Amino acid sequence: MTYLGKPKFHHPSIAVNELGFTRRDYEGSMSTLCAGCGHDAISAAIIHACFELSLPPHRIAKLSGIGCSSKTPTYMLGQSHGFNSVHGRMPSVLTGANLANRDLIYLGVSGDGDTASIGLGQFAHSMRRGVNMVYIVENNGVYGLTKGQFSATADRGSKSKKGSDAPDQPIDLVGMAIGLGAGFVARSFSGDKAQLVPLIKGAFEHKGAAFIDVISPCVTFNNHVGSTKSFDYVREHNIAVNALDVITGREPIEVDYSEGGSQPVTMHDGSTIVLRKLGADHNCRDRSQALATLERARIAGEIATGLIYIDDEANELHEVLGTIDRPLNELSELELCPGSKALEAINASLR
Amino acid sequence: MPIDAVNDFVIRFANVNGSGSASANLLFARSILRMGVPIAPRNIFPSNIQGLPTWYEVRVSEAGFLGARGGADIMVAMNPQTFAQDLASIEPGGYLFYDSTRPIAQLLTRDDIEVLGMPLTEICAAEYSDPRQRQLYKNIVYVGALAALLDIELSAIEALIGERFKGKDKLIAANLRALNIGHDDAKSRFQCPLGVRVRRSEAVGDRILAEGNFAAGLGAVYGGATVCAWYPITPSTSLAEAFESNCARYRVDPTTKKKNYAIVQAEDEIAAIGVAVGAGWNGARAFTTTSGPGISLMQEFFGLSYFAEIPVVVFDVQRGGPSTGMPTRTQQSDLLAAAFASHGDTKHVLLIPDGPGETFEFAASAFDFAERLQTLVFVMLDLDIGMNSHLTAPFRWDDTRAYDRGKVLNGQELETVRDFGRYNDGDGDGIPYRTLPGAHPTLGAYFTRGTSRDRFARYTEEASPYVDNMERLLRKFETARGLLPRPVLKPAAKRTGVGVLHYGSTAPAMDEAQALLARDGLRVDTLRIRAFPLAPEVAEFVRDHERVFVVEQNRDAQMRTLLTTDLGIAPAQLTSILHFSGMPITARFIVQEIASRLRRPASAQTLERVS
Repeated sequence: MTYLGKPKFHHPSIAVNELGFTRRDYEGSMSTLCAGCGHDAISAAIIHACFELSLPPHRIAKLSGIGCSSKTPTYMLGQSHGFNSVHGRMPSVLTGANLANRDLIYLGVSGDGDTASIGLGQFAHSMRRGVNMVYIVENNGVYGLTKGQFSATADRGSKSKKGSDAPDQPIDLVGMAIGLGAGFVARSFSGDKAQLVPLIKGAFEHKGAAFIDVISPCVTFNNHVGSTKSFDYVREHNIAVNALDVITGREPIEVDYSEGGSQPVTMHDGSTIVLRKLGADHNCRDRSQALATLERARIAGEIATGLIYIDDEANELHEVLGTIDRPLNELSELELCPGSKALEAINASLR
Repeated sequence: MPIDAVNDFVIRFANVNGSGSASANLLFARSILRMGVPIAPRNIFPSNIQGLPTWYEVRVSEAGFLGARGGADIMVAMNPQTFAQDLASIEPGGYLFYDSTRPIAQLLTRDDIEVLGMPLTEICAAEYSDPRQRQLYKNIVYVGALAALLDIELSAIEALIGERFKGKDKLIAANLRALNIGHDDAKSRFQCPLGVRVRRSEAVGDRILAEGNFAAGLGAVYGGATVCAWYPITPSTSLAEAFESNCARYRVDPTTKKKNYAIVQAEDEIAAIGVAVGAGWNGARAFTTTSGPGISLMQEFFGLSYFAEIPVVVFDVQRGGPSTGMPTRTQQSDLLAAAFASHGDTKHVLLIPDGPGETFEFAASAFDFAERLQTLVFVMLDLDIGMNSHLTAPFRWDDTRAYDRGKVLNGQELETVRDFGRYNDGDGDGIPYRTLPGAHPTLGAYFTRGTSRDRFARYTEEASPYVDNMERLLRKFETARGLLPRPVLKPAAKRTGVGVLHYGSTAPAMDEAQALLARDGLRVDTLRIRAFPLAPEVAEFVRDHERVFVVEQNRDAQMRTLLTTDLGIAPAQLTSILHFSGMPITARFIVQEIASRLRRPASAQTLERVS
C-alpha cells in the first residue's frame, strides 16, 4: 500500500490567495519518493507557483509518463484530474487531452528517461506542434526505479554510483526544445526555489509549448563525487543567465525595473514577466543567441540556468488547426452530426 | 464455344500502375451501374506508385452476386509485362482484347478464346501529338471500344463524363471524341456485340457504390468524432482522408471558418493512439485508423485503454501479415491481435462489418459503445472492404438519434452523489461512473493510471482490490456481449444439419456459395458474426447443427480460436475453411471446399486442414 493521504488541517492564520485557497489546497498525497529527492522540491515549487497565480486547481489537468518523476503528480494538486500514462508517451496523451478541451491548463511532468530516451520522439513532436502546456522534465541523469542506470542526459564521463563512466553524448533537451520551436524554454535546479518558482509561473502564463528542464539530483543513485548531476556539482557550476519576476495582470506593477538590464515581456493574458539580466551576455528573445549561450556554457563546463529563450508570439496548436473556441468535448449531436438530408445528397453522388 | 452471357460476367483490365487507367476503368464500371445492372469492381494493385502491374476487375451480376468470382471472361490486356499471365487467366470461351499495334507471339498459346486486336497505340498516335494525351486518351478509346463490344449505352458513359468534368467543356469534348473514336473503330472492326454483353435492367434500385474507408470516415463524422489522430499506412490512409474531407464539408462554421474537429497526423502509430486516448480521457469522441503493423505498435496503449477504462475507437483496415506482409492485399488476420491486444489479461470489443453500408453504421455506433463501455472498440475492416467500391444499400441516419455518452457525472450530478468512486460498480453491470477534468471545483477529481488501484482510484498493490477490479472488468465484458450487434442468420430453404459461420468481407462470396451449393442439392444455413464478444445465438447455432464450417480469410483459423475460448465450443465441432492468399475469397473456393467435405464421410477429415 503506497497511498498516503495528508491531513488537511492547517494553521488558522495561513495565507490565502485570490480564490480563497491556502497553499495546502494545492497539495496532493504524501510523497513516496526517497527522503531529500529533488523531485519533491519541484513538486513544492509547482504547488507554490499555482497557489501564487491563483490557478483554480480543478481547471488544471496533470499528466505524466512512467518513472520517479512521473509519480509526482500524485503528490501535488489533489483537486486536479491526473493521468499517469505509459512510459515516454505523456506528450501524445496530453496533446489529445488538450485537443478535447482547450480551456483547461495542462501540466506535463516527465523525467529524463521518460523524455530523452523512450519519449524523445513524442517530446520533439509536441514541441514542434506548440501544444499549449507546461512541460517539466525532472532531470537527474539516472533511472531511479530500476536502480541507477544512466539516462540519455547523463554527461559523458559522469560517474555512476558503481563507478562506471557515462559513455555517450548527453542530450540537451533545452537546446532541442529551442530548435523545435517551443516558445518558452528554461532550465533550473531543484535546489534553487527562488529561481524555479518564477520560471514555473512564467511558463503557466505563456501560451503554447513551455518547457523547463529542472536538474533534480537523485539522492540515492546520482549524488556522489564524480556525478555531474549531484547537489554539490550543480551548485558549483550553476550560472544563472537572468532572474525572472512574474506580475499577473491582477496585480499593480509597483516595482521599478528601470535599472539597467531589465526586460519586461507582456504575455498573452495581459500579465507581465520582467527579466533581470545577470552577468551573462544573453538575449533570451533571440534564438541564435540563446543557443550560443548554451554552447558557451557547455564549453566552459557550466550549467546555464534561467529563462533561456522566449517567443511570446508563437502560435499554439489550436490556432494552427483553426478549431472553434469552445471545447470540442462539449459539442453534441446538434453541432456534430450533418443529419439525414446531407446524407441523401451524399448517397445521390454515389450512384 | 464463345461464352454467351448477358449481365453475368467478369471483365479484367491489366494496366500499368500510374498510366491513368484507374479513372477510365471506373468510368466503364459506373456506366454499367447506370444501366441498372449490379457490379462489383475490385482493384488489385502493387505497393508502388508507378510502373508495376495493376489490375482492375469488374464483376457484372444481375443476380447480385458481388463477391470476387475468380477467372476472367474478358481480358483487356494493356500491359505487355503480364501478357502471358493475363492470357492464361481467361476462361475457356472467353475473350481477349489487346493492343495489336505490335505483333505478340504468345497469342498462339490459346486456341479456345476469341482474340480481339485493336491497334490502340497506332490510332492514338494518329489522333494526338502530345505523348501524355496519347497515353490518357488511349484509356478512353478502349472504353469506347468496349462499349461497342459489350453493348453499353454510349449515353450512359457520356452522362458520366459530363458530370465528372462539369464546367470544363473542352475536357468533355476531348473525352467524348476519344470515346467515339474507340466506339466507331470497334464497330467497323468486330462483330458487335459479343456473346458477353450488358442489357439495361432495374436490378440496382437505389443502391450506392461506395468504398468502406469512405463509409467509415463518414460514419465517424455522423457518430460525432471530434479528434482523429493517425499515421499514414496502406490500406487505412483513405479512411482518415475521408474523415477529413467530410469534416471540411460539414464541420466548419460557415461564418467564422472555425472547425469543430481536430485532426493530427502523428509522428507514428504510438503517438496516434496516445492522442486518441488522451482525448477520450478528456471526454471527446476520438479515434485512430491503422492496419496490422500499427496494431502491433499500439499494443501498450490498448492495454491502458482497457485497464484505465478510457473510450477510444480504433479502425483496423486489415492487410496481409505478418510483419510488413502484403500491404496491398486483403486478409482477416488481425482478429486475435485485436481481440486480446496488449500484455496481461485483456479482451476487447470488436465490431465486424461486412461491407460499406454496415461500416457506416458500425463506425458511428462504435463511439456509442466505446463511451457506454468506457473502453476501446475495434472496427475490423479489411482492404477488400476498405479500398474497393461495393454496391450497398444507401447510408441512412435517423435524425432523432442521440449519442450515448455513457456514465459521465457532471458538476451538478457530483453534488448529489455520495462517495464518488471512479471504479465503483454501483449498477452491477461492471461499468463505473467517470468524471471529466474541470467538472467541479472540489468533487470528482481522480487519478487515472495504468497501475493497480482501488475502487476510489487510489494506487495499491494489494491483492484483493486488484482481483476485485479484474473481475469487474469481466462483468463489463459480459455487459458488452448483450449490447453489441447480433449475428445475421440466412437459413437454407429447407431444414439442414449443416451450418456455416463467417464474418466480414467473406459475406458476399458466402451468400453466393450458399446459392450455388443449394443448386447442387447441398443445403447450408449461414450465420454471419458481427461482433466480439460473441453473441449467445452463435453458440445456439453451433449446437443446432451437426456439422459446422467456419469460413475465414487467415491461415490460423482465428475466429475458430475465438469460438472455442469465448463460447467454450469444442474445436472438433468446427471445420475450418481457410483462404489466405491475399486475394478476396471467392464463392467458387467456398463451394469446392465445403462440397468436397460434405460428399465424404466426416471421419476421414478429422486431421485435415485447408489452405
